Amino acid sequence: MRHTLSVLVENNPGALSRIAGLFSGRGFNIESLCVAPTLDPSLSHLTLVTTGDDFIIEQIIKQLNRLIDVYKVVDVSEGEFVEREMALIKVKAEDETRAEVLRMCDIFRCKVVDVSPKTYTIEVTGPESKLKAVIELLKPIGIKEIARTGTIAMVREKKTA
Amino acid sequence: MAKMTGKEMVVEALKREGVEVIFGFPGGAIIDVYDTLHKDGTIKHVLVRHEQGATHAADGYARASGKVGVCLVTSGPGATNTVTGIATAYMDSVPMVVFTGQVPTGLIGNDAFQEVDIVGITRPCTKHNYLVKDVRDLPRILKEAFYIARSGRPGPVLIDLPKDVQNQVGEFDYPEKIKLRSYHPVIKPHTKQIERAYKLIEQSKRPILYVGGGVVISEAHNELRELAELINAPVAMTLMGLGGFPGTHPQSLGMLGMHGTYAANMTMANTDLIIAVGARFDDRVTGKIDAFAPMAKIIHIDIDPTSIQKNVKVDIPIVGDCKIALQKLVEVVKKEGRPKEVWKERLEPWWDQIKAWQERHPLSYKKDDSVIKPQFVIEKLYELTNGKAIITTEVGQNQMWTAQFYKFDKPRTLLTSGGLGTMGYGFPAAIGAQMAFPDKLVVDVAGDGSIQMNIQEMATAMEQKLPVKIVILNNQFLGMVRQWQELFYERRYAATEFEVVPDFVKLAEAYGAKGFRATRPDEVEDTLRKGLETEGLVIMEFAIAREEGVFPMVPAGKATTEMLLV
Ligand SMILES: Cc1ncc(C[n+]2csc(CCOP(=O)(O)OP(=O)(O)O)c2C)c(N)n1
Repeated sequence: MRHTLSVLVENNPGALSRIAGLFSGRGFNIESLCVAPTLDPSLSHLTLVTTGDDFIIEQIIKQLNRLIDVYKVVDVSEGEFVEREMALIKVKAEDETRAEVLRMCDIFRCKVVDVSPKTYTIEVTGPESKLKAVIELLKPIGIKEIARTGTIAMVREKKTA
Repeated sequence: MAKMTGKEMVVEALKREGVEVIFGFPGGAIIDVYDTLHKDGTIKHVLVRHEQGATHAADGYARASGKVGVCLVTSGPGATNTVTGIATAYMDSVPMVVFTGQVPTGLIGNDAFQEVDIVGITRPCTKHNYLVKDVRDLPRILKEAFYIARSGRPGPVLIDLPKDVQNQVGEFDYPEKIKLRSYHPVIKPHTKQIERAYKLIEQSKRPILYVGGGVVISEAHNELRELAELINAPVAMTLMGLGGFPGTHPQSLGMLGMHGTYAANMTMANTDLIIAVGARFDDRVTGKIDAFAPMAKIIHIDIDPTSIQKNVKVDIPIVGDCKIALQKLVEVVKKEGRPKEVWKERLEPWWDQIKAWQERHPLSYKKDDSVIKPQFVIEKLYELTNGKAIITTEVGQNQMWTAQFYKFDKPRTLLTSGGLGTMGYGFPAAIGAQMAFPDKLVVDVAGDGSIQMNIQEMATAMEQKLPVKIVILNNQFLGMVRQWQELFYERRYAATEFEVVPDFVKLAEAYGAKGFRATRPDEVEDTLRKGLETEGLVIMEFAIAREEGVFPMVPAGKATTEMLLV
């Protein structure tokens, strides 16, 4: 099962490598990892996507909590959550495919952020599944380069008071 | 607030933390702290001969006394030499603070002379570590390091001190209390869980207490004994748990697991309730996990939540300090439980079965008049020391024979590398233990292989006038590996036979110590007696049966009921 963990971590030197090292040292899998500052300058927010059965996920969460620098771990995928990832995709766009790429951008609400005579660079944002779909559809046209951010996620607020 | 240099802060913090002795080895990157320590003169420094020795000695000091062990070493090779000792302490949850010198901050990352990223290297084997970049952070880091090392599940903490930081001046604002918002070890167990645990105990007809090093660390031995006696349960211990419950107690089954007793392993296999206390279901204990205790419900008490549910599924997890958890459990049993006599009666069939196992295959070995049996040496050592010595061991057969044939009644009397299995641990650890308890008898039981891994510390022991006794069981083999080769590799003794073994008696003499040797069984008792009575550092060497094995033995990957017996 795919799990998305939201981790608040002290903004100390070495904290990130401690977390990454925990995963490699114990043979846990990291699918994506995304770190950025929070409103509190002493804390960083880290979103980590990993896979494993309940047993492994429980261990991962406990092991993360055991690190002195880890303030809080939430498995956001336990409940309702929103997740987003962004990708920049440089795709071949010559004569006959130029219009096709633009059409696709339209359907998926991607943005063209750079244009050259032979390429479009487009920006796409959404859950991982959407990125996958866009990439799959663009592949036959010819993707020259991809840069992805990795997933960020948040628990959804309750809709009723 | 006083202005101080970094090096003065280190010494001041050591004093405030109540540190009386530290173990170390100097070098350019730490010479400043050494100078301050020397001028100050209040803290005893033990100069070792190898930094690995310093870490094991600090570890032995900590295990024997319950205090934090402290090491001081230089950068680069000094720092890397501590890694084995740090990892050893980490695996067995030993409180330790290691100071390493570091090149000046301006040179960090430049591959400077004697520079190594020790914080990076030790990240996976420390509980926490620090690189101090600014002297203003130092007082807080010093305080945190000691706090983290000794609280919760204890462990080693490393502080890397660049040379310029040692000489920077700052305010010495030593915090009274620690506030670490991201570190909150759970000490008090959940009352609900204790009650649920009690319910399971009440229903059980074939319980067993499975006890690990956590009981020794949290000094829960009295509470454990009270619970065991109240409910009349048998008690089996891990290697690290030995001494946590008296080995001579009628309810003790001794050690369990790979080289555990037949009765302990059979009891574990047939129990309906495991009450695990401060033990982590290590693979040396469970054997093949699918076949482990198939009928058992499991209550697991441990201060470290990651230990719970890691290897086996647990019915009642209890996170908290073993001592407090057992206190609470005892309270509930006393208040709500049946009287002791009823427990006794209820478990009678269980005990009949256990006694049958004990009689069928007691711990034993084939006696021999022509050659010294190592088990016999340990039995005699037990007799002659009245079971009162602090015993350290090396790793291998010597360690297992000691665990089997020396009965440990008190906690902190067996110091051994359980988790990492570090050859070369025992002798420096004995030095540390003897520093903590100058008047107690401290004996290192060693193999001829292991003792050579830190033999240089004999000079340290001589210098400090430490009367450590070393018992070498000399089989001229890396015995434990040879045993595996004998059993599972058709006796192909690849790289386990020593062609050259030093004359240990002469070696002792070379260091100014005393040495005695026994080559025949009838010399064993005399040699031990002489060695133990001789003042100062002594080696007693026993030429043992070369191909003796440790039994029972559960082959790796087999169920614990599939024991090879004597
Ligand atoms: C540092 C280290 N290297 C290798 C091993 C693997 N090992 C485990 S037991 C053993 C043999 C130990 O031989 P010795 O010290 O002579 O003790 P004996 O088993 O003969 O009692 C070895 C090599 C280890 N535990 N530690």
